[in-house]
Amino acid sequence: MNVELSLLILLFLPLVSFLFLSLNGKRLSPALAGMIGIASLSVVTVLSLITAYGYFFEYGSVADVYQKLEPIKYEWLRFNENLSIDLGVLLDPISVVMLVVISFISTMVHIYSWNYMHGEERFQMYYAYLSLFTFSMLGLVVAVNMFQMYIFWELVGVSSFLLIGFYYTKQSAIAAAKKAFIVTRFADLGFLVGILLMSNGAQTLDFGVLIERLSVPSSPFTIAMSTGATFMGMSALAWGLILVFIGGAGKSAMFPLHIWLPDAMEGPTPVSALIHAATMVVAGVFLVARLFPIFAISAPDALEVVAYVGAFTALFAAVIATTQTDIKRVLAYSTISQIAYMMFSLGVAGWGEGHNEGYTASIFHLFTHAFFKALLFLGAGAVIHAVHSNEMADMGGLRKKLPITHYTFLIACLAIAGVPFFSGFYSKEAILSAAFHDNKLIYGVALFTSGLTAFYMFRLYFRIFWYKEAKADHGHGHDNHESHTWAMNIPLILLAIAAFGAGYIPFGHFVSADRSQVELPFHLELAIPPVAVGLIGILIAYMFFVKENVKALNVQQSFGAFYKWAYNKFYIDEIYLFVTKKVLFNLVGRPAAWFDRTIVNGMINGSASITAFSSESIKKIQSGNVQTYALYFLGGVLVVTSLLIYYFQ
Amino acid sequence: MEQVPLLHVLILSTTIFFLGMYGFFARRNMLMILMSIELILNSVNINFLAFNHYLYPHQLEGLFFSMFIITVAAGEVAVAIAIIINLYRRFNTVDIEDTNTMKY
Repeated sequence: MNVELSLLILLFLPLVSFLFLSLNGKRLSPALAGMIGIASLSVVTVLSLITAYGYFFEYGSVADVYQKLEPIKYEWLRFNENLSIDLGVLLDPISVVMLVVISFISTMVHIYSWNYMHGEERFQMYYAYLSLFTFSMLGLVVAVNMFQMYIFWELVGVSSFLLIGFYYTKQSAIAAAKKAFIVTRFADLGFLVGILLMSNGAQTLDFGVLIERLSVPSSPFTIAMSTGATFMGMSALAWGLILVFIGGAGKSAMFPLHIWLPDAMEGPTPVSALIHAATMVVAGVFLVARLFPIFAISAPDALEVVAYVGAFTALFAAVIATTQTDIKRVLAYSTISQIAYMMFSLGVAGWGEGHNEGYTASIFHLFTHAFFKALLFLGAGAVIHAVHSNEMADMGGLRKKLPITHYTFLIACLAIAGVPFFSGFYSKEAILSAAFHDNKLIYGVALFTSGLTAFYMFRLYFRIFWYKEAKADHGHGHDNHESHTWAMNIPLILLAIAAFGAGYIPFGHFVSADRSQVELPFHLELAIPPVAVGLIGILIAYMFFVKENVKALNVQQSFGAFYKWAYNKFYIDEIYLFVTKKVLFNLVGRPAAWFDRTIVNGMINGSASITAFSSESIKKIQSGNVQTYALYFLGGVLVVTSLLIYYFQ
Repeated sequence: MEQVPLLHVLILSTTIFFLGMYGFFARRNMLMILMSIELILNSVNINFLAFNHYLYPHQLEGLFFSMFIITVAAGEVAVAIAIIINLYRRFNTVDIEDTNTMKY
């Protein structure tokens, strides 16, 4: 099949399915609506696999360097001879990898939701929203133009908002949806300003041209942007990139814009797996990777910001994750921590031979993380489905009740903990060795974080599937939950296979910073420390949580205040509330409201009352007496006549 | 036969015109106002005829115009009387000061 046609179908099929389901949802039976969603997504997955195969093995590479192809490009809005908003499809290694990840995970989630959301009201709308999300995310990754990306970036935000607030009668879900939307929207302001700054400097919005113009140190655009005016010691180019990164940090939940992601767990669990673990939240990583040549060549100081924000967030979120008791929140903080891994991996990467390992490692980790984190969420969903609770206290000893969930969850935990031969091991090793070669401080943080990751993941695992069996007060007479949930088990098994096997893909052959084919080096001496740290983490978790005992409680008490601090998420939410409610509302909101009410309203009301007063005073002229009117008329005639005589006589 | 000079005729028409003006503004009875309007129109007619006769004795435009005005005035009177009758039915008076309900 020809490439353009298959890409068009790939992009628009989810949109068509969204429109069809949302317009006809009420008339369709839930089963039919679900089937439509699953079928269209399956087609999309097949098409994206065909595209990936074609790109990587048939037409993508010229002399072992993958080309940036733009098979579809259509000019939509032209501002002047340089700037225009184009819509189209850009194929390069990272966008093709993202196509595969998005469509595959989305299909798994579609199938899984068939059972998970069974009997839900608005089941059809749920599938419609999932399709909308898939469409927007696919459009985002193939964007040819900064503005196209921004448009789809916002569409992704909207569909995330709709899905978080899916249970719209639940107060907490509404609050979470609003929070997610507002926080990311706030960050997108940075993105927009960044786009304006960059497009002003480079005189283009097109990704290909932009990168070409700004990633060559001797080009006049680069020189103009990186010399000249500076702000806080950084050039306009660095600030543009940092502002764009703020947008990415909002979507990818980097500190301090991470606060929306844990709350977003109010949405249905499959949604968390799709949007808030595997695809949408890595959009920020994708954005930095897309502009990576500019970051690495022209503004290394901006890249350093990315690295430090990422490293700090990784540790910060991991610490919080060890203390949470809601299993979805543990996974949410773990997601933040893992995305931060990808971020700082990009941050420590550089340009040229020997420095570009971090770039490949980051996308590699993005790829493997999508599978095992989606698997973890879907597994957690199965557990929640069985015990009807998110709290660890209601779980324990579920390994006999949910055998398939148990084994697939174990595989995902082993993968994320970086145990050898599982996919996470390979990508994490690549990240750590990139960090080791570039920045020892970040390496240390990352190593410690990987230990924490292993600990909290196995805390979760042992606490759910081992430990003491929870009081079975949920006995609704359907103990054997897995027998009739084929639609939930198939995605779990497929994802488990992917979570195990994704690491064996020679990723360097496909993705690298300069799009050439490299060999991702494997350093045995650098692989030992993270594995050792990870095993220690698992061992500690084993001692604490495999059986009910007081060791964990003792350790918790010995940490005392710090534990409480971390348990309350370091009070970041409270700081936000203080800043917004106390500071912004009182110091900005109230004076602004006063100004609006008295000055602005006063001017409007004043002019209105002047009109009213003058009309009141002259309305007496209209007396109803015809003869008076005739007198006025006569007076007018006399005045006009005398004027005419005076001037023309 | 010695002709009446033009000035005399003009003085006559001006007098009638201002009598009409006075009546139009000062009378309260609508019928009287209507008559005043007729006076004004007729003074104009006299002017037309006088100028036609004294200045362009071999043409008839002024005559035609005054015929025209008389015709229009007849139609106008019919409409005005109809209005006045209607007002009388409504207000039981033909005093113009009592029919001032169409105001602010």
